[in-house]
Amino acid sequence: MVDIGLRTGNTSSAAASRRDYSLIGRDAKLAVESGLAAAEWYHTDVPRKQMKELMQRSDGPAIRDTIIWLGAMILSGAGAAWFWGSWWCVPFFFVYGVLYGSSTDSRWHECGHGTAFRTQWMNDVVYQVACFMIMRNPVTWRWSHTRHHTDTIIVGRDPEISVMRPPDLLRVVLNFVGILDAWYAMSDMLRNAAGIISPAEGTFIPEQERPKAIRIARIWTAIYAATVALAVYTGSFLPLMLVGLPRLYGAWHHVMVGLLQHGGLAENVTDHRLNSRTVYMNPISRFIYWNMNYHVEHHMFPMVPYHALPRLHELIKHDLPAPTASILAGYREMIPAFLRQLRNEDYFIKRELPPTARPYREDFHNDNAAAAVAAE
Amino acid sequence: MSNWVEACDAGDIDEEDVMRFDHGGRTFAVYRSPDDEYFATDGLCTHEKVHLADGLVMDDIIECPKHNGRFNYKTGAARGAPVCVDLRTYPVKVDAGKVLVRIGW
Repeated sequence: MVDIGLRTGNTSSAAASRRDYSLIGRDAKLAVESGLAAAEWYHTDVPRKQMKELMQRSDGPAIRDTIIWLGAMILSGAGAAWFWGSWWCVPFFFVYGVLYGSSTDSRWHECGHGTAFRTQWMNDVVYQVACFMIMRNPVTWRWSHTRHHTDTIIVGRDPEISVMRPPDLLRVVLNFVGILDAWYAMSDMLRNAAGIISPAEGTFIPEQERPKAIRIARIWTAIYAATVALAVYTGSFLPLMLVGLPRLYGAWHHVMVGLLQHGGLAENVTDHRLNSRTVYMNPISRFIYWNMNYHVEHHMFPMVPYHALPRLHELIKHDLPAPTASILAGYREMIPAFLRQLRNEDYFIKRELPPTARPYREDFHNDNAAAAVAAE
Repeated sequence: MSNWVEACDAGDIDEEDVMRFDHGGRTFAVYRSPDDEYFATDGLCTHEKVHLADGLVMDDIIECPKHNGRFNYKTGAARGAPVCVDLRTYPVKVDAGKVLVRIGW
């Protein structure tokens, strides 16, 4: 799942870093040549019968959660509008913003996978609504996320690496209020609306899908233009506080939990246990995040719906690194790693597998990791 | 010339499920539908060559385990992103409790 920015431009970071994260740059070619791209990834053994049970789709949990989600949005939005002009609107906007600017990250994600609902049109409807709110073109991001699952945190291949090395911490902080994300999203929307698909987007969006991306961008541009026009006509910011701006003031939760997915962990390994993080969280965050805190499990078995991830976790945790105990514990691990990467971009957090775990490739678990730590 | 190849016993596949079948250096997927009919397709997803036998069968749909691409396994038709290319299908018959797939002719 994506958290901060999608690299759809053409610029390469190779000049400033030994890594080139561009999708059309040096490391992209190297990943293909070395076999890191579209590689065979490690999977924990799960008997087919149990996996089939875990993969089963159901409309019930997602319908329940969607009613709660949209109902809370309507109530908080109505309250914010009612109290507009007084400080009493602040708590209503706080709730509305998180539901608009953060819950949509996980709704976009799960419905994009087609796992949230059993009924496909329900996935499609919620996907389109959530994409609009989180400002992610539903065509572009469907394909970028496909690549993210094929080449998770492979430098030059994964368009959804949220924190590249050395980390740009100012960018990370600014995205807690969605500033850069929204700026790039609006720029991409207007570029797509003008009929332009960037060369980087061209690396993962098939040709026949590109007109759809352009059509959606034009529809969205019209909606935002109408919202701005309404704000000007009424002489009030309220329309923008309800449509568009919540992507900024409500972004903090999805960035907070999203950074934990892969932040500070290994790059260029084909084992999700080493480049993804499972974090135990409070039930409110898990509702907003739709259980994507079980992120190793999700990447290893993306067919398993969000509501079955806790069961999958219990089934395979013997083969995974110990889960991070809390959001706070995750940041206590991740922030020092980011700071060390400012001095040594080869540094990463080495995940320890439990004694019962099955190693995938010894060199991923020992030699490279030891070399990186030793380089510090 | 007709070339019917034994893939498995009819009872080896649960209803609404799929099984991998390799033959002659190629890999296939054999399906048993909810109404107890058998079907066969190429075994690898046309998107990124993942074994469909690890995926999920729902009614007449097989969903790829890697990116959730969907095909109608009865017709081979691709049913939405990220799959764009149809699967090749093969005739299947059940004879004396064995599932036979016609691979070449």
